[in-house]
Amino acid sequence: MINEKLWEVFIRSRNGLHHAHVGSVHAVDAEMAVENARDVYTRRGEGVSIWVVPSNAIVASDPADKDELFEPALTKVYRHPTFYEIPDGVANI
Amino acid sequence: MSNAPTMEEDIALGNIALDLLGQARGLLQRCAAEIGGDEDELAYFRDSEAFRNPLLCELPNGDFAYTMVRQLFADAWFAGVWAVLAADDTVDADVRGVAEKAIKENAYHWRHSSAWVVRLGDGTDESHRRTQEAVDALWPFRGEVASDEWYARIEPVLAEATLTTPGRDAWTQRGSADGWHTEHLGYLLAEMQSLARAHPGASW
Repeated sequence: MINEKLWEVFIRSRNGLHHAHVGSVHAVDAEMAVENARDVYTRRGEGVSIWVVPSNAIVASDPADKDELFEPALTKVYRHPTFYEIPDGVANI
Repeated sequence: MSNAPTMEEDIALGNIALDLLGQARGLLQRCAAEIGGDEDELAYFRDSEAFRNPLLCELPNGDFAYTMVRQLFADAWFAGVWAVLAADDTVDADVRGVAEKAIKENAYHWRHSSAWVVRLGDGTDESHRRTQEAVDALWPFRGEVASDEWYARIEPVLAEATLTTPGRDAWTQRGSADGWHTEHLGYLLAEMQSLARAHPGASW
């Protein structure tokens, strides 16, 4: 179809706190994108909330920059939150 | 189902069909319990004269515009039927249960078909032409589904879609309440019932 755009779909699951990327749909406008996402990605009760974003609105990091963006953090143990004991009863950190 | 304009629409139409099938099964099971049979007998072994569905529902699919207008007309009717059944305390509890679930399914079907009819009607010259032809072709089959409430639901949608109708007083086909159907029901039942009738009592 001539005027269809590509949209990325994010779904928040029933027990979840955040929307996770599940895939993409084609649609001519935002309302149809939400409906198509509902039909394609929530058929089996996967979610309770849908976000659709035009794919061209998403800015992504360049895979070629992977080393300089992400490797330095791996060896800096003092930044990792593993020396802290989480008390019981703190549900979501 | 694989003739929709996009893959997402294929899935949407499949979902809608499954919802309607589920509603039918719920009602058939209740009827079967009442008359002491089972739902398969009612679905597979009745002849067309024993069916009471609105004529609109047995018409074959046309182009996508036709299918969406037909769905719009059917969804507007279902909305009224389910609302009445769910609200009436004297109605059987199982039937009311089917109706309460169906109201939510119908809300989505209505959103889907009305959104499409507006986009197709108020769209390109070709989509407008095809959708107008669909409305004109389906209008005489509104007999069993039309009511003041039905008109109140569909007229705003058709207006927003820049479509006209032949008017509330235009002639309409009738007959399914007495078991008189179009020739299309014959083909539908032949296809649906042939396997069960070839192997009565079979199970998977």
